[in-house]
Amino acid sequence: MSSYIAAIDQGTTSSRCIVFDQGGSIVSVAQKEHRQIFPRPGWVEHDAEEIWANVLDVVHGALSKLSITVHELAAIGITNQRETTVLWDAETGKPVHNAIVWQDTRTDALVRELGGEQGQDRFREQCGLPLATYFAGPKARWLLDTVPGVRERAERGEVLFGTMDTWLIWKLTGNHVTDVTNASRTMLMNLRTLDWDADLLREFGIPRAMLPEIRSSAEVYGTARGTLSGLPVASALGDQQAALFGQTCFEPGEGKCTYGTGSFLLLNTGEQPVASRNGLLTTVGYKIGDQPARYALEGAIAVTGSLVQWFRDNVELIASAPEIETLARTVSDNGGCYFVPAFAGLFAPHWRSDARGVIAGLTGYITKGHLARAVLEATAWQTREVVDAMNADSGVELTTLKVDGGMTANNLLMQTLSDVLDAPVVRPIIAETTCLGAAYAAGIAVGFWEGTDKLRDNWHKAAEWLPAMESSIRDKGYRKWRKAVARTMDWIDEDDE
Amino acid sequence: MPGLIQSVERAAAILRLLAGPSRRMGVAELAATLGMPKPTVHGILRTLQHVGFVEQHEPTGKYQLGAALFHIGSSYLDGNELRTRALNWSDSLAGRSRESVRIGTLHEGNVLVVHHVFRPDNSRQALEVGALLPAHASALGKALLAANSYATDELLAGELTGYTAATLTEPAALRADLEATASRGWAADLEELVEGEVSLAAAIRDRSGLVVGAIGISGPVERLCDAERVPLAEQVSYVREAARAISRELGAIPW
Ligand SMILES: Nc1ncnc2c1ncn2[C@@H]1O[C@H](COP(=O)(O)OP(=O)(O)O)[C@@H](O)[C@H]1O
Repeated sequence: MSSYIAAIDQGTTSSRCIVFDQGGSIVSVAQKEHRQIFPRPGWVEHDAEEIWANVLDVVHGALSKLSITVHELAAIGITNQRETTVLWDAETGKPVHNAIVWQDTRTDALVRELGGEQGQDRFREQCGLPLATYFAGPKARWLLDTVPGVRERAERGEVLFGTMDTWLIWKLTGNHVTDVTNASRTMLMNLRTLDWDADLLREFGIPRAMLPEIRSSAEVYGTARGTLSGLPVASALGDQQAALFGQTCFEPGEGKCTYGTGSFLLLNTGEQPVASRNGLLTTVGYKIGDQPARYALEGAIAVTGSLVQWFRDNVELIASAPEIETLARTVSDNGGCYFVPAFAGLFAPHWRSDARGVIAGLTGYITKGHLARAVLEATAWQTREVVDAMNADSGVELTTLKVDGGMTANNLLMQTLSDVLDAPVVRPIIAETTCLGAAYAAGIAVGFWEGTDKLRDNWHKAAEWLPAMESSIRDKGYRKWRKAVARTMDWIDEDDE
Repeated sequence: MPGLIQSVERAAAILRLLAGPSRRMGVAELAATLGMPKPTVHGILRTLQHVGFVEQHEPTGKYQLGAALFHIGSSYLDGNELRTRALNWSDSLAGRSRESVRIGTLHEGNVLVVHHVFRPDNSRQALEVGALLPAHASALGKALLAANSYATDELLAGELTGYTAATLTEPAALRADLEATASRGWAADLEELVEGEVSLAAAIRDRSGLVVGAIGISGPVERLCDAERVPLAEQVSYVREAARAISRELGAIPW
């Protein structure tokens, strides 16, 4: 009897396998970290073979913790760190180089060169993304240019390209495929045709022969061989898209924000891609089998949880991240103090690399409690800016914000968020929305769950915060925040760095 | 054993005595009980008083355990920290029990709710973090009191307010219930706070084995008890498993 669904979450620091029951509850978890390889400053690599071995380990680990065999799984789904790129030999299955991780900035110069006169938005129309080091296309190009002999072999299809979903599906089933959400992070896929774009491939210098076939996010890509023999591999979604799916944001206007080290807000915009005029990314949300793809707008906030970590490790006013709430509650407001953590410039929706962080509004009255408030409010106001950009781009008002991630344990932050957005903020009962999303998609593909309506029934509120701030206070706060943001700009000069 | 410091051992013996049934003792009484010279006992008491581990009871001049001792002991783990560390496990407790979940710590004779997970039925519910519950009339409170005789005595020194006919307002009855709680490892409030409502809870321990909080569920008696008003074994085991999982998360030795 197949009574469970498993999901693999191949993340930046670890790989996990979670087994879910029909009600969407977690019944087993196994996790294993892999090495972070830093060959040079700014370079980050993973050993794809190590990751593959870990993935097998955690799947078997999760099964044995539950004392079940692979036959009791109806299917397995995959969610993964996005954009991380690996090239491997089709014959031997050996990677030709370590995987280049999304944070890696080695393609900086390449990306500027590709932008040329037109700059970072040169390919935005076709692929929805600005040129940036994160995305997979430039990473693949760097590998083709750098690893001897690889370009020729790639042109003959002897070397294959993949993001981590593709690598794992190939290792599991032998089929060379990716899903639309992962493909939408390469800069090589056309958002409308959902296929590789000949112009983009030419501009990036990527041979078609090395690319996987682009499939939906929820269908059986193949059945596993080896120790997991017979198991259908039935979903693939980038991690943030999986969280959107796990939060059951199936209708246009529904969105979620995941609050971790950085934060990612995704809004379902329905069956048409929405071009952003406000610095957001256009991406594929998910596609279930033959159904039309659902698109999403994405706003990434670089510094949220990491600001709390910075406050803990570099300022040392708190000993642990949760203590920031205790410190912040020693005062009743921010005392007029605003903290804009533009540590590496401003990202969505401003995109200003010349900006640097600012603490504004300092007076002799400010205490460490006010600073702690300002740290937490920074996450709330940054979310507000992204939400405003989304509302402007999409024309739909976000009515409720669904949240997940480590920072949602902070009640003061969640209340502040609801106050500054003037919208309810809700946290679902399963914090592991990423794995859940991959499990849901796989479950739909094999008929374990009938459809998205059934999944909605599984979604339950764990907590809800309602706005309780007077609009005059909110408006004044937002005005001050924007003044603080204005003060971060134009800081970096020619002779810096 | 070489290297043991006698005065520390003696200080520990004094603290242990003060934690015992008599609570408050004079210098002469302590000296006699421990077979130590009075000036030695006095010197140790003054040092312990200096660090806040004992206090002098004004009217009688006798010594009792001091407040600082309880902060390093049962009551101190930052509530926000506890919530963050417990988040996943409290969610899964709500998912399995289908009831609302609360985590509480002792706060001046009450239970301070530091975390609350809604009952997973999408009905309208309001977050109750920061609310106070009476310790003697809630399962959370009884799970915490059962591990803290000092707080129990403090509470019994005052009036035990009755909330329903079932509230334990007699000190002896409460003590007996706390003993039962300690020995079986979980606490129950059977309509002792609200008619028709039952709550079940178990203590959360940190790496030193000290109780730093309690986690529990609450809901209607029909859902949490059988026809004899005995809490359902399945629900009790969910609560205890969650308490154990969080304790492990905090570094407690698995038990
Ligand atoms: N109670 C809290 N208050 C504020 N920030 C928190 C709290 N708990 C965790 N964080 C922050 O959340 C981040 C960890 O969240 P998590 O979802 O595990 O992130 P990631 O998946 O990005 O590693 C850390 O940056 C930490 O500083």
